[in-house]
Amino acid sequence: MTEFLNAIILLSNFVIIPALSYGSQLALGALGVTLVFGILRFANFAHGDLMAFGTMVTIFLTWWLQSLGVSFGPLPTALLALPAAIVITALFALLTDRLVYRYYRRIKAVPVVYIVASVGVMFVLNGLVRILIGTEDQLFSDGQKFIIHANDFKQMTGLSEGLSFKVTQGLTIALAVLVVAALFWFLQRTRTGKAMRAYSDNENLALFSGINPDRVVMVTWIIAASLATIAGVLYGLDKSFKPFIYFQLLLPIFAAAIVGGIGQPIGAIVGGYIVAFSEIASTYVYRKFLIYVMPESLEPTGMAQVLPTEYKFAVSFVLLVVVLLVRPTGIFRGKVL
Amino acid sequence: MTHRQRTIFAFSILAALLLFVGFGQSWSVALVIINLCLVSAVMALGLNLQWGYAGLFNAGVMGFAALGGVAAILVSHAPVEEAWSAGGGNLLIALGLFALTVAVGYIVHRRMAAGNARRLVMLGVILIGYWSFRGFFSDAVRAIESVDPVRTGFLGGLGMPIIFSWVVGGLFAAGVAWLIGRIALGLRADYFAIATLGISEIVVALLKNEDWLTRGPKNVSGLKRPVPYEVELQSSDWFIAAIERLHAGALSSAASAAERQDILAQFIISGSSIFVKLCYMGLFGTVLLIVLGLSVRALNSPWGRMMRAIRDREDAASAMGKNVIFRHRQIFILGSAIIGVAGAMLTTIDGQFTPGSYNPLRYSFLIWVMVIIGGSGNNLGAVLGGFLIWFFWIEAEPASLWVLGHAIAVLGDGSAIAQRMIDAAPHMRQLLMGLTLIMVLRFSPRGILPEYVRHIR
Amino acid sequence: MSYLSGENLRGGYGGADILQGCSIDVDRGEIAVIVGPNGAGKSTAMNALLGMLNLSEGKVLLDGRDISDLSPQDRVKEGMAFVPQTNNVFASMTVQENLEMGAYLRRDNYMETMDQIYSLFPILAEKRNQAAGELSGGQRQQVAVGRALMTDPTVLMLDEPTAGVSPIVMDELFDRIVEIKKAGIAVLMVEQNARQALNVADRGFVLVTGENRFTDTGDALLANPDVRRSFLGG
Repeated sequence: MTEFLNAIILLSNFVIIPALSYGSQLALGALGVTLVFGILRFANFAHGDLMAFGTMVTIFLTWWLQSLGVSFGPLPTALLALPAAIVITALFALLTDRLVYRYYRRIKAVPVVYIVASVGVMFVLNGLVRILIGTEDQLFSDGQKFIIHANDFKQMTGLSEGLSFKVTQGLTIALAVLVVAALFWFLQRTRTGKAMRAYSDNENLALFSGINPDRVVMVTWIIAASLATIAGVLYGLDKSFKPFIYFQLLLPIFAAAIVGGIGQPIGAIVGGYIVAFSEIASTYVYRKFLIYVMPESLEPTGMAQVLPTEYKFAVSFVLLVVVLLVRPTGIFRGKVL
Repeated sequence: MTHRQRTIFAFSILAALLLFVGFGQSWSVALVIINLCLVSAVMALGLNLQWGYAGLFNAGVMGFAALGGVAAILVSHAPVEEAWSAGGGNLLIALGLFALTVAVGYIVHRRMAAGNARRLVMLGVILIGYWSFRGFFSDAVRAIESVDPVRTGFLGGLGMPIIFSWVVGGLFAAGVAWLIGRIALGLRADYFAIATLGISEIVVALLKNEDWLTRGPKNVSGLKRPVPYEVELQSSDWFIAAIERLHAGALSSAASAAERQDILAQFIISGSSIFVKLCYMGLFGTVLLIVLGLSVRALNSPWGRMMRAIRDREDAASAMGKNVIFRHRQIFILGSAIIGVAGAMLTTIDGQFTPGSYNPLRYSFLIWVMVIIGGSGNNLGAVLGGFLIWFFWIEAEPASLWVLGHAIAVLGDGSAIAQRMIDAAPHMRQLLMGLTLIMVLRFSPRGILPEYVRHIR
Repeated sequence: MSYLSGENLRGGYGGADILQGCSIDVDRGEIAVIVGPNGAGKSTAMNALLGMLNLSEGKVLLDGRDISDLSPQDRVKEGMAFVPQTNNVFASMTVQENLEMGAYLRRDNYMETMDQIYSLFPILAEKRNQAAGELSGGQRQQVAVGRALMTDPTVLMLDEPTAGVSPIVMDELFDRIVEIKKAGIAVLMVEQNARQALNVADRGFVLVTGENRFTDTGDALLANPDVRRSFLGG
């Protein structure tokens, strides 16, 4: 029995909890991509760098707050900086829309032109972030580190496996649930949210219903920028902030959005967790886990790992390709691109 | 301005810029830039074939360039005999099993009716294949990678002249492009872009981590050149004689024999470095001219007209009985092969393969900027874009440092802001590139040299 | 002077002029029907009234005011509601939400209008929480008309509302449209089913190659032997 409990704890500690928090981060990112796709109808290649921008703003504000001696008790100070950072990032997103994308809406450009434009925005954001904060790793998490420490857990339960639950992980999961609940309430219950869904569903009819497209687009950018900032900050708190990594996050995020069904908010969330679990579960070394659960005669001799750890990122791309092959609309039947 | 004047004008400005660097910085720097410009131009031509002729948004240029790079190692590096004897057998068995799995899977897919039964059988085939292949494979990998890991630890290559790898690189890229084409062509542009971006990342991840093939993060360096080495030149009589003749004037004004010898040594060293670069320039220039010539001919042929027709009116072309997907696959493979060739050229001039250096910003999106700014659909435009964008990509840093130098002189030295600005200088290029792309797309969407179709009167 | 009128409309979608100077008008409490052979420019004429194409000549008057320069959205604000022929519901949204979207611009309490629509189309009340995309063709058409009515329009324009629905559903739909007209709304329809449509029409316009061939009351057109022979199949 304790063997079995140990195995469960082991798996929770190294697979389930990390995947839940990483999955939440991806889900928030993918929600932003999927909303922009649903309303503006293009895949925004600049989303990863928008996350980096929002996180950078948060870090600057956090440093400023810390220099004033402000802290948030056991929670990271970055949370206090987050609202202002969201406002700044949203303003930036609106500015890019005004200067770049709006023109292409006016001339009714084909989607590929938007993508090229978003590549341009991606370059700009990329350079801007590197110029302002540099390329190095930035650790900006402060406050208490653990909700449950592995050693405390061992003492508490007497098991030989420890379970550690970091504050940033708990925060990520809790905040993701809150944000997603708020977003769904907004989309399902409010007049503006319904107008966004209507516009995404049938643009022409939305126009004939008097829905103002500029307003819908504006709200979409504000939400996408907020989600990007929150996702980026949570990822940065949980791991660390490095501009290049944020650019790389773009692909797992696209994978999440497409696996779930692009344009479908619920799909983005499910997709986020699927991608995260696949990445972590397929590169986890199951040796110890199998030793706990298997009878002694069947214990593995090797590492019992499906893929080497270096391929973690690649798992999401493979998932993406498989979904393209098998079911291009994704799980929740998103728009076929 | 007519189309012709515009082209001549644009290329004259380019030449002036390069001359400016030659006189201002040094000829060596200018030649390095020109050589990489040539490689970039070939890549841009490949992408232009896909985007400009067929409207395919290939965001995976990086993957094809990296495949070309691998070809350079596999062709030119000397084979590592110990590694082959340590793990070659198991590796071949593993590859055989892999091929068998694929074959069985293919037969099952063809022969069985679609449905859950087929899915189950396919899953079984894949799992059994994977586990049987995995054992041999990991044994082979372990054996190969433990052979003198500091120096080799991989299988090496065929030990052939590296220039062959340019062809092989093209073939590798074409093979992978065929596979991608099967998966992703026929999807809408956004999906195709994301898929190609993802696949190129998979390719690079494989090259980064399959140490038995590429040494992975340990890099493969010291690849044999297709051109002479500087040290060889410096000790060969004909080269010394040539340098003597070239600089006869400067040498004759030397006061003493010793001084003459010193000056000559200087000339020989700088001359050898420039000579090597000129050799590369000759080779790369030849490739560029061949690719350019073929592309121009293709564009103006009936095939090129059909391609543009498909790009502009896909539905109409398809209604006229043109097989759009087949044509797209064809041009995707061709374009990717050209990019593969350029990738091999790049590894050749670097003399080393560093999988860690491949990043999509530099290898995929920058090539995009070249094609769009140069003029999509216009081959000379792609070449111009390749030169111009590479030039600015390289010169943005020194130029912004120069500007900053003046700014700091005004602001006063030593301030934290000054240091911050100097640190930031290398990243100016992303910012400038992005702004340029956005501006060109908005105000001159057809690029500097717009697509030009010769009308038959 | 009719409530809505397009006078001497000429124009197209960028290519050749489809409309060659046709005139359409309808008053409140009336049904006007545009009929004619395929390619006659029936839908184009309606789109011209909605402001969806560039007119080279002619003008559109609403309640005596020239609205030729207003965008389609602004005409919606002026009380013109439109039901497109296809894709005329928000398929992923519930029936109720579809109606709410129709009332998007309204700041007053629209519950009364919604109740009226539910009593006009009782089946919609029953299916109010079902996604519109899951309904049958006829029910979808009712949702589409209901959504348009939610804007509280003075003019209701329908592009082939009975395309693809069964004859029974068609008759019922025409009955409802008659009820709508009685509420004082100007109804303008483009119809393929000319005979049935002219039966309920107060005015009929027979368009051929972008021009008015016949313009009269519905009954008169039905009685006109030329119209019968050429357009009503005898």
